[in-house]
Amino acid sequence: MAKGPMPGPGGRNKHGFQRPTDLRRTIRKLMGYVGRYKFLLLLVAVCILGSTFCSIYGSFLLKPLINDYIIPGDFPGLARQLAVMGVVYAMGALMSFGSNRIMIYVSQRTVSALRDDLFRRMQSLPLRFFDSRTHGELMSSFTNDIETVSEMINSSFATLITSSLTFVGVLGMMFYLNWTLTLISIAFLFIMLLVVKGIGGKSRVNFQRQQAAIGSLNGYIEEMIEGQKVVKVFGHERKSIEGFAQRNETYREAGTLAQAFAGAMMPIMGNVSRINYAVTCCVGGLLAIGGVFDVGSLAAYLNYVKQVSQPINQISQQTNTILAAAAGAERIFSIMDQTPEVDEGKFRLVNVQKAVDGTLTECEQRSGHWAWRAEDGTLTELRGDVRFDHVDFGYTEEKTVLHDISLFAKPGQKIAFVGSTGAGKTTITNLINRFYEIHDGTITYDGIDIRDIEKDSLRRSLGIVLQDTHLFTGTVMENIRYGRPDATDEEVIAAANLAGASTFIRHLPEGFHTVLSGDGGNLSQGERQLLNIARAAVADPPVLILDEATSSIDTRTEKLIEKGMDRLMAGRTVFVIAHRLSTVRNSQAILVLEQGRIIERGDHEDLLAQKGRYYQLYAGLAELG
Amino acid sequence: MLKQLFPYTKGCRKWIVLGVCCSALESVFELLLPLVMADIVDIGIKNGDQAFILSAGLKMVLMAMFALALGGGAAVLASIASQRFGANLRAAQYAKVQEFSFRNIEHFSTSSLITRLTTDVTMLQNTLFMGMRLLIRAPSMLISALILAIGISTQLSRVFLFVIPLIAVLVVLVISRVRPLFRTLQERTDDLNLVVQENLTAMRVVKSFVREEEEKEKFSQRNLALRSTSEKAFGFMSFLMPLMMLIIYSTIIAVMWIGGHMVFDGTLLVGKLISFFTYVTEILISLMMVSMVFMMLSRAIVCGRRVAEVLTETPEITDSAADPTLTVEDGSVEFDHVYFKYHPTAEGWNLTDINVSIPSGVTVGILGGTGSAKSTLVSLIPRLYEANEGEVRVGGHSIKEYTLEQLRDAVAMVLQKNTLFSGSIRENLRWGRADATDEEIAAACRAACAEEFINAFPDGYDTHIEQGGSNVSGGQKQRLCIARAILRKPKILIFDDSTSAVDTATDARIREALRRDLPGVTKIIIAQRVSSIADADLILVMDDGHISAMGTHEELLQSSSIYREVYQQQQEGVSLHG
Repeated sequence: MAKGPMPGPGGRNKHGFQRPTDLRRTIRKLMGYVGRYKFLLLLVAVCILGSTFCSIYGSFLLKPLINDYIIPGDFPGLARQLAVMGVVYAMGALMSFGSNRIMIYVSQRTVSALRDDLFRRMQSLPLRFFDSRTHGELMSSFTNDIETVSEMINSSFATLITSSLTFVGVLGMMFYLNWTLTLISIAFLFIMLLVVKGIGGKSRVNFQRQQAAIGSLNGYIEEMIEGQKVVKVFGHERKSIEGFAQRNETYREAGTLAQAFAGAMMPIMGNVSRINYAVTCCVGGLLAIGGVFDVGSLAAYLNYVKQVSQPINQISQQTNTILAAAAGAERIFSIMDQTPEVDEGKFRLVNVQKAVDGTLTECEQRSGHWAWRAEDGTLTELRGDVRFDHVDFGYTEEKTVLHDISLFAKPGQKIAFVGSTGAGKTTITNLINRFYEIHDGTITYDGIDIRDIEKDSLRRSLGIVLQDTHLFTGTVMENIRYGRPDATDEEVIAAANLAGASTFIRHLPEGFHTVLSGDGGNLSQGERQLLNIARAAVADPPVLILDEATSSIDTRTEKLIEKGMDRLMAGRTVFVIAHRLSTVRNSQAILVLEQGRIIERGDHEDLLAQKGRYYQLYAGLAELG
Repeated sequence: MLKQLFPYTKGCRKWIVLGVCCSALESVFELLLPLVMADIVDIGIKNGDQAFILSAGLKMVLMAMFALALGGGAAVLASIASQRFGANLRAAQYAKVQEFSFRNIEHFSTSSLITRLTTDVTMLQNTLFMGMRLLIRAPSMLISALILAIGISTQLSRVFLFVIPLIAVLVVLVISRVRPLFRTLQERTDDLNLVVQENLTAMRVVKSFVREEEEKEKFSQRNLALRSTSEKAFGFMSFLMPLMMLIIYSTIIAVMWIGGHMVFDGTLLVGKLISFFTYVTEILISLMMVSMVFMMLSRAIVCGRRVAEVLTETPEITDSAADPTLTVEDGSVEFDHVYFKYHPTAEGWNLTDINVSIPSGVTVGILGGTGSAKSTLVSLIPRLYEANEGEVRVGGHSIKEYTLEQLRDAVAMVLQKNTLFSGSIRENLRWGRADATDEEIAAACRAACAEEFINAFPDGYDTHIEQGGSNVSGGQKQRLCIARAILRKPKILIFDDSTSAVDTATDARIREALRRDLPGVTKIIIAQRVSSIADADLILVMDDGHISAMGTHEELLQSSSIYREVYQQQQEGVSLHG
């Protein structure tokens, strides 16, 4: 298993609904983000307090309005009272606007910071991390998880405060107006709590089933649509529709139950509150006849009956939001908690001027010469001498895929790796640029252990052309310039010429300014590889790794770019991996790998003379030719 | 758009109608409550009539219980209806995508198709669910409350003449401003996700060119753009609520002022005033609901359009000219003056005047430079793309005369960029033929040189393949894909450079096995290595979209300079040292 990422432990459960395992820790971390806006949050709390007070007090004003002014017909008093009411209401509206507005600010800032940190952390993680997770899983953290967290911050905080304040305030006012009626209302509130518990619990169970079903459905859709071309070629349409229909149906069933319970909650709660309203009317009426209550109080009280059930409803809804968000936040933080790539390197790659006598002086501009600068400022010229000394490596602890690899590449040498698929060729090159950490042995670069070299410097000194080509959305020019951001247009074009890519680029609708999208989907594999080579050419690195760089380029084109490739490789240490033995023939050393071990080494002539594995491979080719 | 989506409410229309009726009735019952309450105040309390209060109270409780049953029922019905609607939409889209040609798929791009099938449908489904309750409830509340309010006092109801248009204008204003903002928001989100997506797939490139900082910068910029747009959009929306509240409160004050006078004049009873007051709140709350529904609808419309686009896309390649009884008799292939281009508007042709006749059972090699349209040529045989001009014939009939199923059953193709699906190796191989026996599977794997490594896995054929085949190496993947194609027992077998990750020796063994095991099958092989095709019965040399030469290896060495050049270059090492 050379380049295949390892399967993740436990497989995929990317869409699965998980309850947060450590709620307190997650909340604490989240508070770290929201906490930056302490002052604003305080302001929000004040606004909410104010607006809740206004809305409760506004309703309370109804009682004197009816009893003291409307019934006796005191119009100047009524006007005054209405003016007071107007002011109270307006203040309430203003404060609720204020709290909304601030909360939007806080939540957007928080989420934006969270997203930024997540992406930054992701960039610093080792490849090992990505091997064990699907892209979909990570993508969903950026989209779904962030979204739920954002929703929670936006609504939950404010809603929880408003709701609890309203609940306490309204209940207090109800007691003040009439305690007998309040006792009745409290009984109804208990019924509501029971409803929330019963239906809410059922809804949650079904919600989890629905999430599992939607995960399986979306996974299926993703996989099948991505493999749609194969589906077509194999006439597998009907089969795939069947598989889809089955998952679609499971999801529909689970979804129907989940939504039915969740959806029934609102009308049921609303109407329980209305029964409360009815009973209150009745008892209130009887009390009024008895003379212990009055019409104005009844009107105000009825208004409160409507208000008091809202908080229960809202808090119960928020529980779901909060749980979902906490699960999402936990996934986000679990990524952020990953240890980034270790970088304790002290040697840094710098541009140098080389004087005639061989002394080096550091300089700012690109000079074509590089040196390693140690912490104490001493400069060691970069020569491109790479050595492996008894290196063992495995993608997982249990399975070693490279055994006791020792090799050296002297400056300017071309070293080739030959071997069947899965022999460990790509793995070796992954170790040179420290994509993975070795288990045992050492790798040195110009005599320096690569662990002592700054990671960025190390990688900048190595150019790599990968077997899998990846292009970014942007123009052809930008894609080539990816190798070195400060390259001029001329340099980019020169690199494209060198790589033999300019012919096809000129045939593109806009030439170098053609925008490539969807990973350069319109280009053929060969064309993409040419761009890849150009990218490495523009980077102009001292050491070059070519991992099947020309596998999809036909030999004719390869011949055309051979001169360019030769020029590209001239004066550099080059590691080549290729199937075509013709491409590796002129290497100074050819290493034949089998099952993670070097079984033969030498130049072409030596190896043929050895009559070993290489000879067999070569003879096989000869016989076929 | 509604017209296009409406048919997919099939099977849930009765639930929609029933649910809507429940919702509407529920709101009527709810609204009758304040009326009875007014009677309690104006008749019961005023006359001190306990019996009246009790019976009126009972009436209210009963009405509320009815409303409860109706409301709960409406929710259940809405859930049934919306989930079914969603399921229908997904199924219809999925089936439609299955009919798509490659060009159709490329038109939408895979990632956008996935979003349309998942997120967009969920949005529509939720809109129907919410809509069935709110969209019906809000207007029916509004209308019945208005009627009841007018019933109480026409004079007092005049306030609505001011209030309702005011709110309507406000809502329209806000929505028209907010909608474009939300569209921008969506675009910004897509932009951001694109960066993440690209970074995930090209992580090795980013790391090896040490571009982390630039990528972070790129992300931060887009993140900032997204943030500022969403702050603007949501910020604008936050005006709506407080403004509505202000309007509601002013209305209440106006009602109390005018109503107070009327009570004093004796034209209105106190109880009626209180219930009128309740209606005012109900009316205004329902107006707010309407505006919320509009907000939701405006987002749903975008999703609906996207879904409708998929549903109304015309599959480019269909069975319309096919004879369902016709089967592919043999593996002969003919290209008769075939012209093709990917983009209808492009100037030049991708394939120019292709004329070739391949007899059944022969082996054909195709050689040619990068971009010479080798893959394009073979893609026309199983009708993955449709030729613009000329005709492609298989087994003596135009490929349009066969149903796609018949044609593709007879033409197996191993794609350059191939895909394995999550599941066991055996399941993946059975894609070739569902009823293949274990012996047949083993035979196919032997031919594709996949048997050894499969047997080396602890679980053998039951080894689980991860999504996209990420846990097998490139060469292993290619060999599995070849086995899958062989298993299909086709008349024509096409390899589109499908052994590029397989080493030379294995490549030769595979070809040898094909010759031995599949003698009657036409084999078309696109290759980079002359060695892979030198023994073919016919070799096509492609250059810039046309066939520049054809013949056997020996003939081409004489006639084709391109061929000779490629051959010599690949031969060099061999002749010197072989």
